Amino acid sequence: MTEQVVRPLAVRSVGRSLERVDGHEKVTGAAAYAVEHGEADGVIDPLHVWLVQSTVARGRVARLRPEAALSHPGVVAVIDHSNAPRLRDTGNRELLILQDDAVGFRGQVVALVLAESAESAREGAALVDVSYEVEPHEAELREDNATYKPDSVNPDMDTDTEDGDVDAALAAAEVVVDHVYRTPYEHNNPLEPHATTAWWEDDAGREVLSMFDSTQGVHGVVESLAPLFGLEAEQVRVRAPYVGGGFGSKGEAHAHVVAAALAARTTKGRPVKLAVTRQQMFALTGYRTATISHLRLGATADGTLTAIEHAVQEQTSAIREYAEQTASPTRMMYAAPNRRTSHRLARLDVAVPSWMRAPGEMPGMFAHEVAMDELAVACGIDPLEVRERNEPDVDPETGRPFNNRRLLECLHRGAERFDWASRPPGPRATVDGDWWVGTGVASATYPAMKMPGNSARVRSLDDGRYAVAIGSVDIGTGARTVLTQIAADALDVEPGDIDLAIADTRLPPASVAGGSSGTSSWGTAIVAAAQRFRADHGPSPDPGVETTASAADDPAAEQYAFHSFGAVFAEARVNRWTGEVRVPRLLGVYSVGRVVNPMTARSQLLGGLVMGLSAGLFEESHRDPRFGHVVTQDLATYHVAAHADVLDLDAEWLEEADEVFTPMGSRGIGEIGIVGTAAAVANATFHATGVRVRSLPLTADRFLA
Amino acid sequence: MRAMRYLPAESPVWAVETVAGSPGAQFLAGGTNLVDHLKLGVTAPELLVDISRLPLDQVEQYDDGAGLRIGANVRNSDLAAHPLVRSRMPAVARALLSGASGQIRNQATTAGNLLQRTRCVYFQDVTTPCNKREPGSGCSALEGYGRYNAVLGASAACVTTHPSDLAVALAALDATVVVLGTEGERRVPFADLHRLPGDDPSVDTTLGDGELITSVEVPVSRASERSTYRKVRDRASFAFALVSVAAAVELDGPVVRDVRIAWGGVAHRPWRARLAEAALVGRELTEDAVRSAVDEELADAETTAQTAYKVPMLRNTTALTLTRLAEEETR
Ligand SMILES: Cc1cc2nc3c(=O)[nH]c(=O)nc-3n(C[C@H](O)[C@H](O)[C@H](O)COP(=O)(O)OP(=O)(O)OC[C@H]3O[C@@H](n4cnc5c(N)ncnc54)[C@H](O)[C@@H]3O)c2cc1C
Repeated sequence: MTEQVVRPLAVRSVGRSLERVDGHEKVTGAAAYAVEHGEADGVIDPLHVWLVQSTVARGRVARLRPEAALSHPGVVAVIDHSNAPRLRDTGNRELLILQDDAVGFRGQVVALVLAESAESAREGAALVDVSYEVEPHEAELREDNATYKPDSVNPDMDTDTEDGDVDAALAAAEVVVDHVYRTPYEHNNPLEPHATTAWWEDDAGREVLSMFDSTQGVHGVVESLAPLFGLEAEQVRVRAPYVGGGFGSKGEAHAHVVAAALAARTTKGRPVKLAVTRQQMFALTGYRTATISHLRLGATADGTLTAIEHAVQEQTSAIREYAEQTASPTRMMYAAPNRRTSHRLARLDVAVPSWMRAPGEMPGMFAHEVAMDELAVACGIDPLEVRERNEPDVDPETGRPFNNRRLLECLHRGAERFDWASRPPGPRATVDGDWWVGTGVASATYPAMKMPGNSARVRSLDDGRYAVAIGSVDIGTGARTVLTQIAADALDVEPGDIDLAIADTRLPPASVAGGSSGTSSWGTAIVAAAQRFRADHGPSPDPGVETTASAADDPAAEQYAFHSFGAVFAEARVNRWTGEVRVPRLLGVYSVGRVVNPMTARSQLLGGLVMGLSAGLFEESHRDPRFGHVVTQDLATYHVAAHADVLDLDAEWLEEADEVFTPMGSRGIGEIGIVGTAAAVANATFHATGVRVRSLPLTADRFLA
Repeated sequence: MRAMRYLPAESPVWAVETVAGSPGAQFLAGGTNLVDHLKLGVTAPELLVDISRLPLDQVEQYDDGAGLRIGANVRNSDLAAHPLVRSRMPAVARALLSGASGQIRNQATTAGNLLQRTRCVYFQDVTTPCNKREPGSGCSALEGYGRYNAVLGASAACVTTHPSDLAVALAALDATVVVLGTEGERRVPFADLHRLPGDDPSVDTTLGDGELITSVEVPVSRASERSTYRKVRDRASFAFALVSVAAAVELDGPVVRDVRIAWGGVAHRPWRARLAEAALVGRELTEDAVRSAVDEELADAETTAQTAYKVPMLRNTTALTLTRLAEEETR
């Protein structure tokens, strides 16, 4: 395969609001999701799998009696650790299910029931009689947990950092802000629960495992599953034509994907379908760890930071380590000569945490941006001014110049739209009827990321059209549409001339739809393939010629720090009688490079803001430490923002293009909307009421006199 | 799949006779609560008698307009939109509209709403102990997730609250529940419909074996015409009450002649705050008077760290609700 040095794209379709190319299929119900495929796609006469989950947090399966389940009409088999096909240990214990009798968390898969219908499988699962040898467990994140220092934090960052002498600077500081900030457990809850269809086939004497999976990355599923089953990557085919959201929870294969593949192993070729329930998602498909952030800011009287310390305690699972990089944005956000960050983990007997939209940035910037607001209050200056005063010239973490840091422009533009100049400086200054009214601001940031390992294929068709292929997944973001636009511009044709194929591991490899890296990574590969194709085959290629290429690394890019920035402004109203919080206005202004499709981008940014609002006001998974599982395990008890909570909501962006980072000039937009939003809302409630709340969510009881 | 029989009811009497004496039989109305419980394994009836198509779906005046008789099957949306309900007993309309979502209200019935079961997370999670679901297994909520727990009338066996908004409004308005049993019809004062948990929380109501609610009668009064409902919740819609207040007041100048206060989110049944009412009758209605009346009612409240907020929330919300009603009255 060829590596192509990419040139910036001459944009024509990019930058325009092309309507979603798959919109019609979706709104008419024609789009088939992971367990909706039928005979036309090779899913013939499927069996249904239901998961049996442990009801203890730690111990061993002492006895598992399948008899009642097996005699239930429709039930075909019960698979547990005694009869499950063997897996190879790849070091990922989350995926190593049904290999022994050990239970590491409540809700862990202890058996599978296969049946002719989903209903029979579900009833069969309820009839499997499991008893346990119970061992003591620890399932509560507390400040006094025993903790350890992980080798690195997600994805592979330093666990701790230190510059200068923080203690001395704090001791000498004229103003010190020293508080503990908390964020709760949160669950991703995409609209479409996780689901997998799997079957094993014989392909000329070789076994092939085929799957439709609701995933953010088909190639990643192969990388996880193939070694578990002792297969070559080519022996696993994963497709994900439509995915109903993921927010990180489908970024990696979780246990249910292995369960489907294991179950299908036993059916002599019959496909199996496994649909995870909403309740099961609270134990099996990842979540955001709760975080405890100890922030210490030292400053001169005018608000100039002299020291920043961010010490994080959070939680991982005894089954598998996941270390949220909560303090990572603190490392690059503001200038200060003395800086220290650290992460410590409590290893608990709980479900495995994972990625949730803006892991690290979301909880970390809540803590840091509320602390900055407190610093402004302590210094008696405006929250905008405290941020202006601490704007760094270069990335404080790497010393490299930013390409491009326009945080202050975002703040100023938002301030103008929010009429910040007329804001009363002190808290508890405005009453409107029954409501205290206030406004708050927070900065947002997200690293620009581009993943290695992407390539794309361009082939000319006979009618002047082009087939463009890459294995990336559209999880509902509009990727299919923006990649069509990028391909069209890169080949200098109309979007309608592009036949885009995605979401299949038979296509050229693509990285995960995560880390806001999708459009940057896949788009760059498509541009590389298209530019190479034109170089090889010219403007009027013969039908059928094709080129597969990936982008060559750009050494010039190494000298910069690439981050996106934003400013979030919120108005909060807090009811003087009941404490209820409402957010009538929420605005985000962003600098995210060139926006490839304003319509889909707006949805991403607005969606991020809503999710940040939701985290600010409502979201909290309550884990009952006695049992070890989350007991608010449905959408009636785990509250996400509903329509009535979202009022005047808007997002805008600065016109720009970051052509050092990608040939499209884009930097990625999926996550930044959630960053800082909860802090802006919290700061607004402080301004409204004078009550400083340092832990999410900002529920009514916090504001009751 | 579990086998279950389903029979559409032929008549109210037939429905009662079919369910009475069969512990495995249950009435099915809109199904918005019961069907969830079937799926979660909270209940496993052998027979569902579908009463939703019985013609118990009228709202009519009785005794020359002395009150409204609401059929058991009137949908929550229809009841909330009914002109006489809106004008003669706004608390009922507001309570309904503050509950659930538009889709659920279209499906949910009047009787089903009153007989919906607790939303306690442990009641709904069959892997945890719950005395209401499985008598004698213990109460997980006592020391568990308790933000929605009761502060009045709870017991060591159960600390949950009744989730219905409509029930709180009807408690304030002194409704009567008309019930058909094998022995014929009987009339239950609303205050006697729901129970406190005591040592048998598995029983929510005083209804007997096979008894079917056929209608609810709500008297109209000057107070009911000036009634209202205020529900406090974190989310602006589609959430159960942290606390709620149904109130009605009739003033004589500044002085309270008649006042009704019922609370939701505080007890195993809608809580009629009779002590607070007694403290207010004959007195001038001021914010402070309401606050101290509320405190009298709450003298026996038992709170935990998770429910302590309900005391100031009730005090404030009751004061807000009653003083607003009084302002409207004197305007
Ligand atoms: C997500 C969600 C949110 C909700 N939010 C709210 C809220 O905020 N406030 C609120 O008040 N409610 C709320 N609800 C509950 C909703 O109001 C109830 O589910 C509904 O009112 C029940 O009515 P139904 O007709 O569907 O009852 P069903 O589910 O059919 O029946 C409920 C019970 O009543 C019995 N029953 C029904 N009719 C009769 C009768 N005539 N005689 C004797 N027994 C009978 C049934 O046997 C069953 O035990 C919510 C529900 C959901 C799912």
